[in-house]
Amino acid sequence: MADRAGPLTLAGLTAGALVVALVVGSLAAVAWRAGDGALGPGDWGAVRFTLWQAALSAGLSIILAVPVARALARRRFPGRAAVVTLLGAPFILPVIVAILGLLMVFGRAGWINDAGGALGLPPVSIYGAHGVILAHVFFNLPLAVRLILQGWQEVPAESFRLAANLGFGARDMFRVIEWPMLRAVLPGAALVISLICTSSFAVALVLGGGPRATTIELAIYQAFRFDFDLGRAALLAGLQLGVTVGAGLLALRLSVPQAMGAGRGRVVARWDGGRGWLDGAIIAAAILFLALPLLALTVRGLPELLSLPASVWSAAGRSIWVAALSAVLCLALSLAIAVAAQRLAGRRARGLELAGMLGLAASPLVLGTGLFILINPWIRPDRVALVMTALINAVAAMPFALRALVPAVARIEADYGRLADSLGLTGWARLRRLLLPRLRRPLGFAGGLAAALSMGDLGVIALFASADTATLPLQLYRLMGAYRMDAAAGAALLLLALSLAAFWLLDRGGRMDADA
Amino acid sequence: MRYYAPLALLLAAPVAAQDRPVLEVYTYDSFVTEWGPGPAIEEAFEATCACDLRFTAAGDGAALLSRLKLEGARTDADVVVGLDSNLMQEAGETGLFGASGLADVNWDLPIAWEDDTFVPFDWGYFAFVHRADFDAPTDFRALAESDTSILIQDPRSSTPGLGLLLWVKTAYGEEAEAIWDGLADNIVTVTPGWSEAYNLFLEGEADMVLSYTTSPAYHLIAEEDEGFTAAAFDEGHYLQVEVAAAVASSDQTELAQDFLAFLSSGEAQSILPTTNWMYPAKTPEGGLPAGFDTLIAPEVALLVPASETPETTDAALAEWLTALGR
Repeated sequence: MADRAGPLTLAGLTAGALVVALVVGSLAAVAWRAGDGALGPGDWGAVRFTLWQAALSAGLSIILAVPVARALARRRFPGRAAVVTLLGAPFILPVIVAILGLLMVFGRAGWINDAGGALGLPPVSIYGAHGVILAHVFFNLPLAVRLILQGWQEVPAESFRLAANLGFGARDMFRVIEWPMLRAVLPGAALVISLICTSSFAVALVLGGGPRATTIELAIYQAFRFDFDLGRAALLAGLQLGVTVGAGLLALRLSVPQAMGAGRGRVVARWDGGRGWLDGAIIAAAILFLALPLLALTVRGLPELLSLPASVWSAAGRSIWVAALSAVLCLALSLAIAVAAQRLAGRRARGLELAGMLGLAASPLVLGTGLFILINPWIRPDRVALVMTALINAVAAMPFALRALVPAVARIEADYGRLADSLGLTGWARLRRLLLPRLRRPLGFAGGLAAALSMGDLGVIALFASADTATLPLQLYRLMGAYRMDAAAGAALLLLALSLAAFWLLDRGGRMDADA
Repeated sequence: MRYYAPLALLLAAPVAAQDRPVLEVYTYDSFVTEWGPGPAIEEAFEATCACDLRFTAAGDGAALLSRLKLEGARTDADVVVGLDSNLMQEAGETGLFGASGLADVNWDLPIAWEDDTFVPFDWGYFAFVHRADFDAPTDFRALAESDTSILIQDPRSSTPGLGLLLWVKTAYGEEAEAIWDGLADNIVTVTPGWSEAYNLFLEGEADMVLSYTTSPAYHLIAEEDEGFTAAAFDEGHYLQVEVAAAVASSDQTELAQDFLAFLSSGEAQSILPTTNWMYPAKTPEGGLPAGFDTLIAPEVALLVPASETPETTDAALAEWLTALGR
């Protein structure tokens, strides 16, 4: 290595220390403040609801995803690659946008009830536990399909050929090949999804409909906003942390499939036909379920785009600001850590990388709680609402960024490191000349992800913001609250466009002449 | 360009000087909407004060108090409009509010009023509002047993929600939790504020919504629609007096007291009935607007004495959370 404690290593260590200070500091504040809190009966209800809805949401997502993944694994059709790619989209879809779309399809005045009403069916309600679970399935079904599809694609084509030679029927195929694969893949996938569902905030906020369907995250928000009980909020944050860490420890014992960037893979040649129309119907139903809410939103929101109230546009401006800041912070911290980790190597590198991943342990609302407690005695929290939103989202996106950057840096150093050494390229020059040009692709992807995630955040911002520091997701939530559904649909469309544009621009920017 | 605000903060940019004093008023959402009393009140007061009256909406009434507690003495607010009789005790205990400077007003309230901090500006009875062609239950028990769908507000964030909590508690005492158990399956959703619930109701999401006996007057007068009425409950109806108060830490104490005096004047009081759709705290000279005589007049007015509201609320809230959390 050219320099032992050069500026780049130092920058990485500083970045790691910052993240550790941020996360550990927030958690310490939570622990400190939790001492004078007391939980009420409603809070235990929230814990129970959080756990059982997460289990149920994950179970349903998985059960529904198996036939869809199986159909996708067996069929080749034009547009299949596009469908698989689209299944990755809900990850950057702002939650509040999807909720509004679901309301327009499943709400009292939605498409389903309109159609049902015409047939004389009783109205269905989307409020309450079933609404929360419906929304969670909407979000996680695509993820589940991708995870399971990956399992199917990793079955060697030879197995299927052999099975075909042996004249296996659908039943034998399932017993000998598919079931063992599913048994290996499903528990990990279910765990990932239930982990995502335990930190649900916006869904429970809008669709929960009262104490019956309150998640811990929502209870934290209510303790702040409704009861001004910081001690109880901190105690709840501790409980939330316990749930996340518990699930995380469980995940270490299971083989958890990779969530991101996978599933774009090949179609395995198959000789077992099965019923083509059934597979087709299953795929069509899944696409319909996922696309209908966004279609409803577009139909209603498009004519509204030009007549949106000024407050929506200024909120959009704030959101762009937050997204940009978040992307910059996430990239700067992650890049510094990735470069330093490559230089340190061994145990210390692992430690540094782990520091960058710390954001995984605590949910954004838990981190927000800690920071809120820390800054509240000094500054009015709403004055720093946007900076906090950007910062916490940057830390939350870091695990993904590191996963993209760390191997990329290692590869570049392996390929060109010796050449750079012989040219005496060290420190910032090495970063500028050697690393940055070759890291454009992962940097673009990570930055796009961080920008999109913080653009759509409704959680941290709800905790911190007041009336005049609303971002677009919060403004959208308020429009929905005022039942200005047309304007809300327009704002939702705008938010959707901004999120996708943020991701696309950065990701695309990273791909352009990346290999120059 | 408001989104540069954090940047400005980081650079510690000085706040631009104002030539007129600014009176910052925190209130609830529906107060400041274009059809609410906010715009008319602002115009009328600014004509007399050579100041800039600025409203900030912070959710519903109870959320307002939480917001103030959160901001503490650091708050920008000079005046708060929209707390109510149920929150007065709790609000008073924060020590955040200063003297109203108002004395010897002959209020037209159903109860005697003596308080040198909180100024009543309007009042009303909570009631479930429904469409005229709907056959409404006449008490909570009947409501719980029926399949009538209702929209209510969260008592932790909204004053009607808190009012309903205390209504059931004063009417049923120990039995209140059982009543809530029965009501659980009638509730379509619990909204954070009044506006959300009322809008949902108007969208046809439920048979009845928790609001005020005076709400039908809005439809009658503003929309010339006779199609709404309030359900008269045999238990009686819970009374709400809405109050305003000056913030002690304000640097505009005098202006704040002027505003409170203005709020109790005939000019402001005559704005309230047809914008906030409540009874005025002091009946204006011309009396109540036509149409208010068509409203139901509860025979029994229920109210928890102010000094007991914090304990009663705590107990009732625990029951409510338990019953609805099941």
